[in-house]
Amino acid sequence: MVNVTASENHIEVRELRLSYGVKEVIHGISFDIRRNEILGVIGPAQSGKTSLLRCLNRTIDFTPDTHVSGTITVDGEDVRRVRNVYALRRKIGMVAPLPVGLPLSIYDNVAFAPRSAGLNRKGELDLMVEQCLRQAALWDEVKDRLDSLGTKLSGGQQQRLTIARALSHQPEILCLDEFSIAIDPVTTMRIEDVLKELRRHMTIILVTNLTQQARRLADRTMFLWKGEIVELDTTNVIFSDKPRDSRTRDYVEGIFG
Amino acid sequence: MQCGPPNAPCGRWGGEKILEALVYLCGFSAIIFVLGIFVFVFKEALPVLTNENFSLSQFLFSSDWYPTSESNKRYGVFAMIAGTVSVTGLAMVIAVPFGLGAAIYLSEFCGQKTRETLKIVIEFLAAVPSVVWGFIGLTVMSKLIVQYTGAPVGVNVLNGGIILALMSVPIIVSISEDALKAVPDSYREAAIALGVTRWQLVWRVLLPAAKQGLLAAVLLGVGRGVGETMAVLMATGHAVHIPHSVLDSVRTLTANIAAELGEAPAGSDHYRVLFLTGVLLFTITFGVNLIADTIVRGIRRK
Ligand SMILES: Nc1ncnc2c1ncn2[C@@H]1O[C@H](COP(=O)(O)OP(=O)(O)OP(=O)(O)O)[C@@H](O)[C@H]1O
Ligand SMILES: [Mg+2]
Repeated sequence: MVNVTASENHIEVRELRLSYGVKEVIHGISFDIRRNEILGVIGPAQSGKTSLLRCLNRTIDFTPDTHVSGTITVDGEDVRRVRNVYALRRKIGMVAPLPVGLPLSIYDNVAFAPRSAGLNRKGELDLMVEQCLRQAALWDEVKDRLDSLGTKLSGGQQQRLTIARALSHQPEILCLDEFSIAIDPVTTMRIEDVLKELRRHMTIILVTNLTQQARRLADRTMFLWKGEIVELDTTNVIFSDKPRDSRTRDYVEGIFG
Repeated sequence: MQCGPPNAPCGRWGGEKILEALVYLCGFSAIIFVLGIFVFVFKEALPVLTNENFSLSQFLFSSDWYPTSESNKRYGVFAMIAGTVSVTGLAMVIAVPFGLGAAIYLSEFCGQKTRETLKIVIEFLAAVPSVVWGFIGLTVMSKLIVQYTGAPVGVNVLNGGIILALMSVPIIVSISEDALKAVPDSYREAAIALGVTRWQLVWRVLLPAAKQGLLAAVLLGVGRGVGETMAVLMATGHAVHIPHSVLDSVRTLTANIAAELGEAPAGSDHYRVLFLTGVLLFTITFGVNLIADTIVRGIRRK
């Protein structure tokens, strides 16, 4: 493995601890995410995967009675100290497990973030909406009904709409939280193809319950268990016969979890 | 139809049948009551419509209200329609922004403790009886109005409007707060993750998502305004007069019925015209509800 210089790390997490009330759910984890890699995050339910993502874009701030310590830096900047938290959030695209279509038209869903950031010129918005929908492999299916409600789409289409929406503010980082939990395998494969396309210019954090999905897509994979990192290594190693920790092998082979 | 779950005794099914019939009856009784009230009020009013001294257009469009005149009785309620519309209108102009603002603050901006305290205060406001409001209007408010506006009398549209606004705010707040709270948290989380501020979240997501409930809240407020009697009777001055400014005294349709029905001899034209005024009120509120329904349905279809 080549020695990684600091500038290659897009995100650095140091000694991150998170508790909800008195219950600590992330116990001081440290790791780096490199620029333009896909980092797979696997681990059983309740291991703290979603909470980790929420610390990253600071939506955790809206859950009352949480306590975070340690640091997360994005592009060398501490997320807890950024001057403009809205700009930080726009740097990070977030896709939730179940698609959340805002109660707006397809067009307005995608144009939502740019408009909120002050972009109002129709021509630019039109271009941007088309580009994002194309990137999310949804354009051909919806181009004739951009004005209908986003929630009228099928589940798989809605999930691609949320991906288009997450791309609309041109994030450098895309987080996907178990995006395929409610969609069929064919659509999942289409979205995976989309991700392979996006990885060229984006850092992607792929939280997934499907270990095979991490195996197919991720450059490196992290096994998170009960708020601790059991192992973080290249995907090849994690899914080989000999990961460093035997729990990793048991988990990816489906023996526990 | 199957007879309940396989191992349940069939008697239970019979019981359910009875329950179902009861629920059915309750549902229908609502319709029967409404119809019954309408029929009764209308029946009392009906004879005057065929009376040759009475003209419906005069009733609706004239503001000459001389029901007890010896020589020339005239029954025009236009001034009172204007009174009801102006007082309710002013009340809504005050109460809607105030109520919606308070609801937004309660559901989106304030902490748990503040919210609970404020909700108790608001519920307390809702529990104040309407005579008490009228009394406050008659004594406290009217003095303040005379003092600060220089109006000759303090009981007028402004007074009634403010009192009515204070009375409708609790309804508007609690129903709109429920409507905002009913917007799923996932919307909030999704919008926040897209980098919007809290205000943008409110304007662009929550208000559109809750618009049906908010509309219902406003219309219930209007309904309360149109139907309120006691407080406006005391606070508006009870003068039959088309208002030219908010400092003019007026009489509302409801106040007119309440004040005069007792002295009108049963069966007289005066008595029947008052019932006709009831029919008019009924029609107005029915109209408001119908409009609300159409709007809500229109929103839903989209
Ligand atoms: N809002 C919250 N309030 C209190 N506890 C929470 C909250 N959200 C998560 N937790 C707790 O934090 C722990 C980690 O939850 P988290 O949702 O991050 O796990 P996860 O790995 O994403 O699980 P899953 O695979 O089921 O999505 C759990 O024990 C959970 O109960
Ligand atoms: Mg999760």
